[in-house]
Amino acid sequence: MEELIELNIGPQHPATHGVMRLKIYLDGEVIKRAETVIGFLHRGSEKIMENMPYQKAMVWTDRMDYTASLLQNWAYVMAVEKLLKIDVPERAEYIRIILGELQRIAAHLVWLGTHLLDLGLMTTFMYAFDWREKILDFFEEISGQRMNPSFFRIGGVAADIPHGWLENLAEFLKGLNKAIDEMDEMIQKSLIFGRRTKGIGVIPPEKALEYGVTGPVLRGSGIKYDVRKNFPYSLYSEIEFDIPVYYDGDVYSRYMVRIQEMRWSIRIIEGAIKKIPKGDILIKDYKIVPPPKDKIYHSIEEMIHHFLIVTDGFPVPPGEVYASVESAKGEFGVYIVSDGSKKPYRVHIRSPSFANLQILEEILKGHLISDMVAIIGSLDPVFGEVDR
Amino acid sequence: MKDLIELIESKLKEENIEFQIKKGDILTIIIKKEDLIKTVTKLRYDYELIFDYLLDITACDYLERNLFEVIYHFLSFLRNERIRVKTEVERNNPFVSSITSIYPAANWFEREIYDLFGIKFENHPNLKRILLWENFPGHPLRKDFTLEKEILPPELEDIY
Repeated sequence: MEELIELNIGPQHPATHGVMRLKIYLDGEVIKRAETVIGFLHRGSEKIMENMPYQKAMVWTDRMDYTASLLQNWAYVMAVEKLLKIDVPERAEYIRIILGELQRIAAHLVWLGTHLLDLGLMTTFMYAFDWREKILDFFEEISGQRMNPSFFRIGGVAADIPHGWLENLAEFLKGLNKAIDEMDEMIQKSLIFGRRTKGIGVIPPEKALEYGVTGPVLRGSGIKYDVRKNFPYSLYSEIEFDIPVYYDGDVYSRYMVRIQEMRWSIRIIEGAIKKIPKGDILIKDYKIVPPPKDKIYHSIEEMIHHFLIVTDGFPVPPGEVYASVESAKGEFGVYIVSDGSKKPYRVHIRSPSFANLQILEEILKGHLISDMVAIIGSLDPVFGEVDR
Repeated sequence: MKDLIELIESKLKEENIEFQIKKGDILTIIIKKEDLIKTVTKLRYDYELIFDYLLDITACDYLERNLFEVIYHFLSFLRNERIRVKTEVERNNPFVSSITSIYPAANWFEREIYDLFGIKFENHPNLKRILLWENFPGHPLRKDFTLEKEILPPELEDIY
């Protein structure tokens, strides 16, 4: 048998999109075997979250997939709300949908920019990041932060929409829609892109199921599964939208799924803007949510509630719960076990990137080393989430 | 959901499996760890159930009851339902059979539990630590591993 060349890529390498080490065994230029080594960004989030009150542990979910923070906030607050058995006001749900979908577009734009930068199309990087910056400006206006906004609260959202924000957003979405069309056209016309993506990194549907991939990777393999449709959470059942599915399972179909998803996200936001009602943004149970500031200063009871929640947290009834959202990368699930105290007994994060990355060793086999970059990019792993 | 309970009850009785069913946010089946492979095979391949998708595996440490719980989440595209399977593992010398032969996706999830809880999975193809380095002292998600414990950073040889 011929001897294989062992090549080490990473942990710090621009094409791995983070800190992943890849050991590949080469026969000439063809990959025969690959081994993924992860864990370089492990911070022990789950353990730290178990030692924090419920509302403080939420900020850790932001730091997992840092390109789609709000979607992860959403899964966590939904899990705690299920344990507490509370319903969120309708206006808060719509704000969550609008922000969540904006976040999904922002995450996909990061992927679009970096993925095509890997493939040698530098211009798209500039376009995509320019538009992402504008989305982050909207986050800044509503929450004060561009990244990791931690804007959702257990029982609603942190603040109401500023005056004129929705009108500006509606105007902005028209521009964004046009920009996505432009970018898509520019990429599709590129000869290099077509040759480097079509027929590369094929995941057959049965393999996608076996390896437990979710999100755009699964839908690029022709399986129509989206948590928003299959297990509708929040108010997604009241908004009309569709799930894009492509059947080839290669890098190109995964590209198409994400591009179409951005277009559908824009439509979801437009639908939500039309439907958003007036009303409360937080529940009025002051044992769970700190009361508004003007009440704290004028009533002793409200001040005590505020003091207790901020310093000590609130108890959550015992039980176990699994809640998941469709994050930008796939199904992001949170499993919480509560023992009735103020801190979660066990928090487990089912991170989509972790599950999706598992298939990499399998699909790299038989590809050229230059295709490796395209395949890793198309799986779109974010290592804050893989390693937690 | 009611049909599913009856269906699963009848299907598992066919295989002589002892089980308990609990209704929670997701339907939960509690089984003995000896029956794990039998149950999971039934759930995966029975033509009326087809839970063909493994969502997640995790564990939880119950220090006072002196046991670990291993928790599996499955999904059936056919029925569009999720299901939770739980099994108990004793705390000293914990081991349970691996389900990688039925669901290849279990590979990394089981490695993660081995890494963070120290539960061994029998017949696992590559049972190595996944997130931490090989010589890491202890298993951090166990409840007797406190945050105050001081850990020295890894040597270079531990990583490469």
